[in-house]
Amino acid sequence: MAELTNRERLRVPRQTMPRQDPLARRANFDEVALGFTPELARQEAERCLQCAKPHCVEGCPVGVLIPEFILALRQGDIEGAVRAMKEKNNLPAICGRVCPQETQCEARCVLGKKGEPVAIGRLERFVGDYELEHHVYPLERATPTGKRVAIVGSGPAGLTCAVDLGRLGHEVTIFESLHKPGGVLVYGIPEFRLPKRVVYAEIDYAAECLGIKVHPDAVIGRLYTIDELLGEQGFDAVFLGTGAGLPTFLRIPGINYNGVLSANEFLTRVNLMKGYLFPEYDTPVKVGRRVAVIGAGNVAMDSARCSLRLQALRAQETGEEPGEVHIVYRRSRVEVPARAEEVHHAEEEGVIFDFLTNPVEIYGDEHGNVCGMRCIRMELGEPDESGRRRPIPIEGSEFDMDVDMVIMALGTRPNPLVFNEAGGLERTKWGTVVADQETGRTTKPRVWAGGDVVTGAATVISAMGAGKRAAADIDRFLRGEINPWQDSV
Amino acid sequence: MYRILHKEALSEVTKLMVIAAPEVARKARPGQFVIVRIDERGERIPLTIADYDREAGTVTIIFQEVGKTTMHLGTLEPGDELATFTGPLGHPTEIENYGTVVCVGGGTSIAIIFPIARALKEAGNRVISIIGARNKDLLFWEDRMRAVSDELIVCTDDGSYGRKALVTEPLRELLEQRDGEIARVWAIGPAIMMKFCALTTKPFGVKTIVSLNTIMIDGTGMCGGCRVQLTDGAKFVCVDGPEFDAHQVDWDLLLARQRFYLEEEKLAVERWRHQCQLEAQLTAAGA
Ligand SMILES: Cc1cc2nc3c(=O)[nH]c(=O)nc-3n(C[C@H](O)[C@H](O)[C@H](O)COP(=O)(O)OP(=O)(O)OC[C@H]3O[C@@H](n4cnc5c(N)ncnc54)[C@H](O)[C@@H]3O)c2cc1C
Ligand SMILES: Cc1cc2nc3c(=O)[nH]c(=O)nc-3n(C[C@H](O)[C@H](O)[C@H](O)COP(=O)(O)OP(=O)(O)OC[C@H]3O[C@@H](n4cnc5c(N)ncnc54)[C@H](O)[C@@H]3O)c2cc1C
Ligand code: SF4
Ligand code: SF4
Ligand code: FES
Repeated sequence: MAELTNRERLRVPRQTMPRQDPLARRANFDEVALGFTPELARQEAERCLQCAKPHCVEGCPVGVLIPEFILALRQGDIEGAVRAMKEKNNLPAICGRVCPQETQCEARCVLGKKGEPVAIGRLERFVGDYELEHHVYPLERATPTGKRVAIVGSGPAGLTCAVDLGRLGHEVTIFESLHKPGGVLVYGIPEFRLPKRVVYAEIDYAAECLGIKVHPDAVIGRLYTIDELLGEQGFDAVFLGTGAGLPTFLRIPGINYNGVLSANEFLTRVNLMKGYLFPEYDTPVKVGRRVAVIGAGNVAMDSARCSLRLQALRAQETGEEPGEVHIVYRRSRVEVPARAEEVHHAEEEGVIFDFLTNPVEIYGDEHGNVCGMRCIRMELGEPDESGRRRPIPIEGSEFDMDVDMVIMALGTRPNPLVFNEAGGLERTKWGTVVADQETGRTTKPRVWAGGDVVTGAATVISAMGAGKRAAADIDRFLRGEINPWQDSV
Repeated sequence: MYRILHKEALSEVTKLMVIAAPEVARKARPGQFVIVRIDERGERIPLTIADYDREAGTVTIIFQEVGKTTMHLGTLEPGDELATFTGPLGHPTEIENYGTVVCVGGGTSIAIIFPIARALKEAGNRVISIIGARNKDLLFWEDRMRAVSDELIVCTDDGSYGRKALVTEPLRELLEQRDGEIARVWAIGPAIMMKFCALTTKPFGVKTIVSLNTIMIDGTGMCGGCRVQLTDGAKFVCVDGPEFDAHQVDWDLLLARQRFYLEEEKLAVERWRHQCQLEAQLTAAGA
């Protein structure tokens, strides 16, 4: 095919990705977005103008070589695309699915100024899926250095750090407190958004190629302390990628009734424990007939959409009406922090959004089960420190919502368990670890940290970026090129 | 994977298992617990570390068959392996020399109170123990308890062995007769027993420690499913406990929360029984 001119490229419409029909998909846990076909991918790749100064790259936290990988795709060289992608991003099949592209790479694409940006995320997913199946990019281990690194936590930060260090020839062990590695990718993000086989395939491949050991069931702070890892266990360095997994509950009356649960509990039951397959799998999960999810981040969207699916499955079995799922959010639609695509999908599937609404009390019946929720209407005032307009309660506007289940999806904090007996590790008043942005170095010698445990709840790609930067710094330290804690060691 | 090395029936419904888990054994202390998952499809359930042997690298668990998971566990044999055995979790029991203490164990929890009573005895306490069960067949370890106690009171609900009484009766008498002597009480058993022990000791102002058995998933503070309401706010049993001051616990809420999955638990047990029957029939047909 002849090369298109830029003018012609601008006329190619943004390709839509095939998806499951909303009515069908709200009754199953299969993946919603089905991915580009090779033809759709090539069409979409044609749209990229190959900017000399690609702003898209600046929008990506790890600086993926966007024009390069798209050019290779356009030329039909998928393997070249994989190589370009993997230069900067170890987990494209994952990021292509879950990155908030509309605020990152795609937000900066020139095409977005007049029309729609290049679908960078969807192309990335296409490349990632191809690589998962064909493994054209070898993960090779450099000459073993004899140095040993302990990675605590197996989310995107820990995994990325582990893979980079493994490639550099270090001996890596990942300690994970749950029985499966993957962090939020496995226990939080549902199957219909990120199939677990994708995550496990990435982990298994890396572990096999690089000899990375994964130690599940290992709660650091209990089974071993950080000092024991560095001492008797003989590790030369420790990377903390323990995330921000601690739930917060609203401080309102009634939060301990049955049927009020954290999004973490609900999603862990559904995803990690496969509660939606109960009694095939042993862990039960309950869903109300009228569910209120408090919050409007990704966690809230995932909770709402899992609730819808569980309701639909129950309806199929019993013939009853499925019920309702509400997102209750104290700000307005503009402030919604979730990925645009998830909000869109949630609405398509039938989630009801109650904006400018805040719960003030949860009611329970004589058995201690939730039987209603009192809310108050809000209005937006002046912007606060975060730059978002502050929600203010409207006096006298209280009203009751008929609900029988309340899921709190309010944001999370780092789990302090890992810091047990970890002297010298400075933390902020929010419980996050103090670590250098560029290197991940903490205040404790030979300990690095990155991802949500440092930043608080953020994104997959930012956690990966932090894992990567820390790996580079740890490598320099292990090779004796630097000794950041010279005075203290 | 964690291999089962030894299995023993303590009573009709209570089994003991010794599990090879050297890393857990290395760190375990009385009062802590593990999270167990049998296989790929299994749920995660908390079980107290009843004993451990650091040299042999083993941890002992004792469980009562009350639902699908514990019944399934009860069918496993030495040589079989558990998919998950995470721990040690929770805070260890605070063992000190308090003077005279009372240890109350109900049913399966006799096994849980035993290492605590032993540790208290070793720390120099005068240990009075009360153990109880619904009937004689559910009682066990009387000899072991006697060996670590200065006094031992045994009771059954139906009077088939020892004194016919609920454990709270001798507890009340002790408190009445030895006013001011008893420094602390440990009460471990079903939530309802612990609730009534708490009510019994409260008027006497004797500090009472209970080990709460809420529903759990991760056991690391991540889900909040195990939360309890104390007078000074909500706490997570897995990381803040499992032992708490009994007089601070909102027992009715705890009991209600334990019942949340009742329907599902029943369904799981029915399904499990059905499966076992099928298997038995198949084996019989094959043999
Ligand atoms: C439901 C949900 C949906 C989300 N959706 C998106 C999305 O669409 N896009 C996006 O970019 N981001 C999303 N996020 C945010 C994103 O998942 C996180 O920012 C990211 O996973 C953080 O990575 P991490 O490696 O720092 O930590 P995590 O992924 O949290 O991993 C930390 C791991 O450490 C383990 N751990 C903790 N303590 C210990 C210990 N003491 N010992 C051993 N192991 C320990 C934990 O079990 C966990 O496996 C979502 C988050 C949630 C909860
Ligand atoms: C920290 C901690 C330590 C524990 N240690 C032990 C232990 O050492 N040995 C042990 O046997 N159990 C112990 N438990 C309780 C144990 O976890 C449960 O019995 C187990 O989860 C039941 O699982 P299941 O699937 O067999 O039954 P499920 O189907 O979950 O429950 C069946 C029925 O039994 C009820 N039930 C649950 N737990 C108890 C209980 N403890 N007593 C009476 N009824 C109950 C349930 O409410 C339900 O009605 C502990 C719990 C906690 C939180
Ligand atoms: S990693 Fe995320 S932000 Fe970076 S290019 Fe890929 S989709 Fe965009
Ligand atoms: S900004 Fe858009 S058009 Fe330009 S290189 Fe990046 S993706 Fe292509
Ligand atoms: S079991 Fe999940 S927080 Fe305690």
